[in-house]
Amino acid sequence: MAKTADAEKTTYQGQIHLLQKELMGRYFERLTRADETGEGKAVYMMISGNPVELVQAFDMIPVYPEVNALQLAVKKVCLPFILKAEELGYSMDNCAYVKADIGFFLSGRKGPFGTIPLPSLILCNYVGCNVYLQWFEHLAEYSQRKIYNLDIPFNREASGKPSPADITYVVRQLEEVIELCEKITGKRFDYAKLQRIVALSGETGEIWSRIKSLTRHAPAPFDAYFDSVSMMAPLYCHRGTEEGLRFFEVALKEMEEKVQLGTGPLPEERFRIVIEGPPPWPYLRAFRNLFSKWGAVAVASTYSTVGGLWEFGFKHDSMRPLESIAEHMLEWNLCNRSFLQRYDQIRRYVEEWSADALVIHSVKSCRLFSAGQGDMREYFTKELGIPTLLVESDIEDPRYYSEAQMKNRIDAFFESLEHRKILQSAQATGGTA
Amino acid sequence: MIYTAGIDVGSAQTKGIIINDRLKIVSRVLIDTGAYVTRAAERCFDEALKQPGLRREDVAYVVGTGYGRYKVTFGDTQITEISCHARGASYIFPGTRTVIDMGGQDAKGIKVGEGGEVKDFVMNDKCAAGTGRFLGNAADVLSLSLDEIGKLSLLAKYPVRLTTVCTVFVESDIMSYLAQGKKVEDILGGVHSAIAARTISLVRRVGIEEEVTFTGGVSRNIGMVRALEDKLGMKLNVSPESHFTGALGASLFALERVSKQSGAKDKDEAQVGAV
Repeated sequence: MAKTADAEKTTYQGQIHLLQKELMGRYFERLTRADETGEGKAVYMMISGNPVELVQAFDMIPVYPEVNALQLAVKKVCLPFILKAEELGYSMDNCAYVKADIGFFLSGRKGPFGTIPLPSLILCNYVGCNVYLQWFEHLAEYSQRKIYNLDIPFNREASGKPSPADITYVVRQLEEVIELCEKITGKRFDYAKLQRIVALSGETGEIWSRIKSLTRHAPAPFDAYFDSVSMMAPLYCHRGTEEGLRFFEVALKEMEEKVQLGTGPLPEERFRIVIEGPPPWPYLRAFRNLFSKWGAVAVASTYSTVGGLWEFGFKHDSMRPLESIAEHMLEWNLCNRSFLQRYDQIRRYVEEWSADALVIHSVKSCRLFSAGQGDMREYFTKELGIPTLLVESDIEDPRYYSEAQMKNRIDAFFESLEHRKILQSAQATGGTA
Repeated sequence: MIYTAGIDVGSAQTKGIIINDRLKIVSRVLIDTGAYVTRAAERCFDEALKQPGLRREDVAYVVGTGYGRYKVTFGDTQITEISCHARGASYIFPGTRTVIDMGGQDAKGIKVGEGGEVKDFVMNDKCAAGTGRFLGNAADVLSLSLDEIGKLSLLAKYPVRLTTVCTVFVESDIMSYLAQGKKVEDILGGVHSAIAARTISLVRRVGIEEEVTFTGGVSRNIGMVRALEDKLGMKLNVSPESHFTGALGASLFALERVSKQSGAKDKDEAQVGAV
C-alpha cells in the first residue's frame, strides 16, 4: 500500500488557514454580540447562489443555517441536536442539516463557535430544494419573524442560460426584498453603495477563480476540496467587503508562491482527483486521510461552487448590480444547474485540470442533490472512460458514516488506479508490467 | 521453496491460504471470525501452518485482506478483498471478466481486466440486502442450516414472491408465508430468486461481461448459483476454492511482492496485480 503521506501532516496549515480562523472567529463574535446586545439585524439565508450583497448594502448580518449545521458537525456536537429534532417528529430520513439546525435553534442557539442571533428577516433565496423551503418556513414559525421566499426558476434549458424574463422576474423580487430591508432597518436603500459592494464581489470572485485555476499546476498548490472549504466560509460571510477581498488577495499570493516553489498539500502528489458532492463534515479529517494516504489531491470540486461559480467566466457587474445578482442566483451556482450542466462542469474539471479520476460523495439524507449520481457514475465511467468511485455517507449525521466501508471502497479504487498507472508506464516504456 | 500466505478476515469467516512458489496451494483453513478479530487471524494462520508443518518464519510474505485486514497484525501488507477476489478469480478462471462476490455482509460486482486487475467495481451500500446475512436470517426462521437451504430451494415448484429484500423484515415475510401454508422449498425458491435479482441489478452497474465467476461464501450455495444462472441466462464459473478466492488472491499478491523484493529492481511498495 502506498505510504506517501503521513496522515498527521495532511492538513494545509498555511497562512490562509490561520487567517480564515481569525476572520470566521470575528464573524461569530459579531453574531454572538448581536444576540447579546440586540445590535444588528440578522438575515438567515441559503448558501446556494446567495445574494449576500443586498444584505451587506443594509449593513445587516448574513447568517447561514447551513453553516451553523456544518459547524456543529465539524465540532462533533451535532448528534444531540439531530436527535432533538427527531424527538419533535422530524423523520430519520429528513435532511440532517435541517434537523441539526432546528434542534440547535430550539435549544437556545448556542454552539461552541458562538451564539446565533434571532433573525430580523428569513430570506429563503433557494427554492430548488423543497425541504430547504420548509426548513426556513419552520424557522419563521418558531421565531415568529418575517419570511420572504425568493422564487428562483430552476435552470432547465439545454443552453444553461436563464431567459431575460427569468432575470426580470428575480430582479423584481430583489426589489421587494429591498423594500422589506428598508422597513426592517429604517435605512434608505443606497444604490451607489450596492454598486460598490457588487464591485468588491466581482473582484473577489475573479480572484477566487484565479486561485482555483492554480490547481491546474502539478502539484496542485492546495487541495481544491478539503482546503477550499477553508476559503468558502469567507466567500459567503464576507463577500462584498474590503476585508473579504483582502483575504482572497492574500490567498492568491500565498498559492502563487506555492506554485513557484512547486509545493502542494502532500509530500507527493500521486493522483489528481475531482470530487463531487459535499464532504462528510462529522468525519472531515478521517475522510481526508483516506485520500491523503494514497497521495490523492483534489484539483477541483463541485462543492466549492455551491455558493457561486466564478471559474467559467461569471463576474458580478457593478453597472447592473441587481441583474448580476439575479444571474448569480439563476445560473452561476451549482445547485440551480441542471444535471447536464453539472456533468459538463465535472467533465471540464477532469479535462482542463488534468485529473486521473472522479470521486462522488453521495449524501444519504439529501436525495435531492444525490439522486442521479448513480447515472453520473455510469456516464463518467462508461461513456467518458474516467475511473469513478461512488461512496456514500452524510453531510451531517454521523450515524451514516462507516469508516470500514468507506476505507474499503477508497482503498480498492486506488489499488486499481495504481495498477492502471503501472500498466500505462509499462506501455510508455515499451516493457511489461 | 518459498511460501506466501493470504489471510482473508471476513465479517463472518476468516479464510487462510498458503501457496508455494510453484503456485501450489499447500494449505487452506476456514474458521468463524467471531468477536476477536486479531485472534481469529492469528488462529487461522497458525492452523494453516500446521497442515504442511511450517513455522511462521518459513512464510516469506503475508497479505491481509477482507474487513479485518488491518487486524492481520503479523501481515506484511494489506490489500482490499476487491483486488484480491479479482486476482484470485482470474487465476482460477483466466477468462474471468466479471466477478460476483457474495460474502457475509457484502455483495460486489467487479469488472476484471485480462491481467486480473480491477477495472471497476460496485458494492451494496450500508444495507445487508442481498448478502449471506440475508440467507442466514432466512435459514434461521425456517430452522434450517445454511448448507441445506440452497439444495431445498431447487425443489421449489411455485416460488413465492418476497415483498422485501430487507435482511430484517424478511423474517416477518417468511413467517406470513408459513402462516399461509406455503411450502418451505417454495419460500426458499423465492428467497434465492429475490436475492439473485437484487445482486444482478447491482452487478449490471459495472456491466456483465462473460466469463462470470462467482466467489465468496455464498457461492457454495447451489440454490444461489442456479438462481443467478437462470436470471443471467449464462453459466457461472464456480470453483471448489470459491470460498477462498480472496485469500488465494492475497497469497498470489504476496508471492508477487516476494518476487519483486528478490528481484530488488523495483522498490515501489504499492504495485498491485502485476503477476
